[in-house]
Parts: sequence; C-alpha cells; structure tokens
Amino acid sequence: MAQVQDIEIRDSAARTAAAAEELQEMQDMQGEKMVLNMGPSHPATHGVLRIVLELDGEIITKADPDVGYLHRGDEKIAENMTYTQFIPYTDRLDYLAPLASNVAYALSVEKLLGIHEKLPPRCQYIRVMCCELARISSHLLGLGAFAMDTGAVTVFLLTFTEREKIYNLAEAASGARLTNSYTRIGGLMRDVPPDWCAQVRQFLKEFAVALAEAHTLLTRNRIWVDRLRDLGVVSKEMAIDYGLSGPNLRGSGVNWDLRKNQPYLCYKDLDFDVALGSIGDCYDRYLVRMEEMKQSMRILEQCVNKIPGGGENKSKEPVSIEDGKITLPPKQKVMTSMEELIHQFMLVTEGINCPPGETYFGHENPKGELGFYINSKGGGVPYRLKIRAPSFINLSILGELMPGAMISDVPVILGSLDFVMGESDR
Amino acid sequence: MSALESANQIKAKFGDLVAEPTEFRGEITLIIADAEKIFEVCHFAKQIGFDYLVDITSVDNYGQDPRWTVVYHLRSIVDGKEIRLKTEVSEEKSELPSVLPVWRTANWHEREIYDMMGIRFAGHPDLRRILMWEGYPYHPLRKDFPLAGKPTDLPEIAFTRVTPMEGGPFVTLPSSDEAVAREPRVRTPEGAEPGISDQRLVKK
Repeated sequence: MAQVQDIEIRDSAARTAAAAEELQEMQDMQGEKMVLNMGPSHPATHGVLRIVLELDGEIITKADPDVGYLHRGDEKIAENMTYTQFIPYTDRLDYLAPLASNVAYALSVEKLLGIHEKLPPRCQYIRVMCCELARISSHLLGLGAFAMDTGAVTVFLLTFTEREKIYNLAEAASGARLTNSYTRIGGLMRDVPPDWCAQVRQFLKEFAVALAEAHTLLTRNRIWVDRLRDLGVVSKEMAIDYGLSGPNLRGSGVNWDLRKNQPYLCYKDLDFDVALGSIGDCYDRYLVRMEEMKQSMRILEQCVNKIPGGGENKSKEPVSIEDGKITLPPKQKVMTSMEELIHQFMLVTEGINCPPGETYFGHENPKGELGFYINSKGGGVPYRLKIRAPSFINLSILGELMPGAMISDVPVILGSLDFVMGESDR
Repeated sequence: MSALESANQIKAKFGDLVAEPTEFRGEITLIIADAEKIFEVCHFAKQIGFDYLVDITSVDNYGQDPRWTVVYHLRSIVDGKEIRLKTEVSEEKSELPSVLPVWRTANWHEREIYDMMGIRFAGHPDLRRILMWEGYPYHPLRKDFPLAGKPTDLPEIAFTRVTPMEGGPFVTLPSSDEAVAREPRVRTPEGAEPGISDQRLVKK
C-alpha cells in the first residue's frame, strides 16, 4: 500500500521573510563583541600574564594586559636587608638569565660606592662572559618558545640542548645551575675553574653549528616568514615613546645599546656590532635576536683570548677588589689577623657601608635595560631600591600593538616581545 | 650638548622653580620646587631633546614633610645625555600632574606608583592598581606598611593574612641596638599572633 506524505511547501514570500530574519540574526551577532580572557595560566603567555581581549570575530579590537600575578614585593624586601643579602633575589628577576641580573645589581651598588670603574680586569672579563652567556641562554629560550607557539617544535628541542650546555658552564663557575648569585659587591664569588675557558671555547664551537641550523629551520621558512612579517609593527617613534629597550627597541631601528652608548665593564675593549631592524615587525625582532647571539659569540671568543691571567689564571689575577670594607677578606687571614676579623664581622653584621646619595645604573640585559635606582641614606641597607624591569615596560605597549591583529597572532606578538613575568612583576 | 648644559637650560627657563643642578657619581639631579609644574618642566625637557623616559620612581620620606618624593629619569636617545628630576609632594595632597601626554610609557609607571605608594596622578585616564589586585586596601611600599604584611577583612581572594617571619627572609637593620633588637624573629608584626621566639623572649 502506497503511503502518502504531505510536504509543506512555503510560499516564496514566507521563505524570503525567513531568510531575512536569519540574515538579521547573523548581522546582530557580527556586531556583538566577545571578551576573551587569555591567561593568567596560558602556555603562550610564558608565565602568569593575563590579557583581556575584546574580539570582533577573529579580529582583536581591544587588549588590556593585566600583570602582577607574580608580584613578590622585591623592592620592599630590598629595603629590609643588606646590599649583599639582596643578590639572590636578583636571580629570581629574570630567571632565564640570572647571571646578567647579578652583574646588573652588583654594578649598581658599585656605582653607588664609586668603584664600578675600578674593578679588577679579570673580574670585568668574567662578568662580560657571564652576561653574554646569559644573553645567549635567554635568547635561545625566547626563540624556542616563540617558534613552538608558532608551530615549529623542532627549534625548541634544538635550543634547549644548547641551553643545557650554558647551564653546565654556569654550574662550573658558580655551583648553581639556575639561581647562580655569582657576583658579589666588588667582585665575584670565586674565580672560574681552570678549564672553564676551554669549556666555553668548546661550547662556542658547538653552538655555531646549532645557530646555523636554527637559521636554516626558520629564517627562510615560508610559513615562519609569512606569520611574522608585517605583524606587530612598532615604529621608531613609538618604540621610544613607550620606553621599549633591548632587542625590542633595536628591532624598530633605534640605535641604542647600553654596551656601546654607555660602556661599562670592558665592553669598550671588545669589538662587536649592534643589530638593528628596519621596520620593527615581529620578523625584525626575531632577526635582531638571532644576530645578537652571533655577536655574543664574537664577544665570548674575544674574552676567552684576552682574559687577563689566561684560562688557568697562573699569574693569580684577583677577581675581587681587595678592600676589606667592601669584599670579604680571605678566611685564612680572618682566623689569624685582627683587622681582617673586624672587617669580616662588620661586613657580615652591618653590611657594606654605602655613602648617602642616589644613583641609577642601567644594564643591557637580554630582555632590555635592567636598571636599579638606589636611594641611600648611608649604612648597609638601601632606603629605597627601585627596579626598572624591562619586561614590565615592554609589555605596556601590548594595548597598542594588539588591536587589528587576529587571535592567532597573539602568541606571535607575545613571543616576539620576549618577556619574563618574574621580572615584570618583581 | 652635555647633560649639565641641558640642566642649566631648564634652570634658565624656569628660574626659581628649579634648584641648582647637583652632581653625584656623574649623574645630574634637578629639584623642582612645585610638583604642580612637573608637567611643564617635562614638556620643556622633551623639547630640548629628552625624548626617552627611563623610569619614574617614588620615595617615601616617612616622618618628614613633604612625605613623597617623585623621581623622573630622562634620557636623550640621540646624544645619550641623562638627567634626573625630583619633586616633592605632601601627604595631604598626594597628587601631582600626570606626564602621560609627554611620554606614553609614563602610563604604567604612574599606575605602579599609585598602586605601591598611593600617590595619585591628575589627568591620568586609567589610574588603576597594576601589581596588586583591584580592591586591595593598602599601599605596600609605604614605610609604615610592615614587611610581613597586614591582615585584611577582604574575602580570601588572595593572601591577606600576615606572613610568619620565622624562617622567612633574614632581615637585619643597621643600628647600634643589641642584636636581640635587630633580629627580625623577635619583632612581632602588627596584628600577628606572637611566635615561639616571642614567648621565649617574654619568659626572659
């Protein structure tokens, strides 16, 4: 038996009305903006950064970065302890390059003491080597994480293999892999081991190969270039106006490197170039970091060859200022001589007696200009210590950079700015 | 033009408002007498080449009047000269003009000072807390705020209880007091329960 089914066929006027209603609904939805809460725990924000994104479809119309999730009150802590006691806290600022932060802090206090230009040459060379190793280490992590967020996982494995070698070098020098606290006010904790310079030389040999490999994986990679080019453009004027520093400033073509413009340590005796970008997009910032690693290798090579006393320090070059009022005297003498005993006692209990006054010292850290403003009223404790954290200031441009970009561009822009929240939030 | 010449140029323009430049460790400091004029001074400084604002900081001169010092670090990217501007603000007022229209980087610096010290910036479009959370009642970098923290009545959205100092950072203060007075573990923070070491001290 045949079944009969009624099919409702609407007339054309009703169909048009329904379609118009549907279209109206779609249009209403399009005009509606969605607020997306990215972070504070998100793999692409490299730490605890929260960004409140306002989206129109896939396009970002507004971005409000929210920092402070890692705030530990370092500036408050610094006011309550002696200058030497604060050194371990500087490890935890930029924990991807603790050696460089140590040097920055030590130089700031030494500037207050007026001895930052009188450091022993061997100490200056070792500190420069520490800074440049830290720069390579920080840029490698930045590059690896940046590439991984963009979809190129291989580079991450490559860079982390190389970082491991830098950790080994840091461990040989200071005894710690991550929280080094290698510097002391007026010098270093100890000299590097006799074979350290040879190890650095060996590392440079291997690293040159790895860096070349990273270049072949990324620099001419069609996907990589397409995703980075013309994205997150920071003009020269904007970079200066927003106070950007480090590779982010130089990526916009501003020729400013504290190692060249306000030379400290032995940088004026070393030959290196400053990498500059041209238009200030993500690709420029990437290229600047790659070139900086190459220049760091050049600096390290020169240091290994020129270091006073040579690798083994047979001529017993000092690595600390020999002033009982600033650096700890040798333990042997503390046990046998009255003056050294008093110096040791005063340094440990009261701290280094700094003159009253105020100084600011800016250091070219891997992330940018890490500066310490010290306001001293005399004595062993700073009255006020302000940390000018480059990551904090570099992040402040996000609100300007994000609008107009797509949501998939967010990890790329974040990766190209290369920040670390431990330093940003202090 | 050197930093000192630029400092003298600012001094010449504003006269008595600006004190004689002082130098310490090669850094030039200018003290601006009236905080209300800081915008004009910064605006002029930018015109004579200080295009880069390095940092803004505040200092709490607790127990003195005026209580706040606000410190500006300026730099010229072109020739590398640097200068420091300082101005003082009284506790009753706790407000000075924002320099955000001069350098946009001042935005987060001023928010941070408001958050940490409680100094307000007139004309800042978005003066919110930045490091602490919205609704936190204190300004932790003030000298009368204890290192251990203060308890708050807020719901437990974050750590609002006092940090126990025992086992915490070893804090020493320079003073001629006895070691007992300098030792942080004998000091009880405001509002905290006395610790074990306090009881030991009481018995003595």
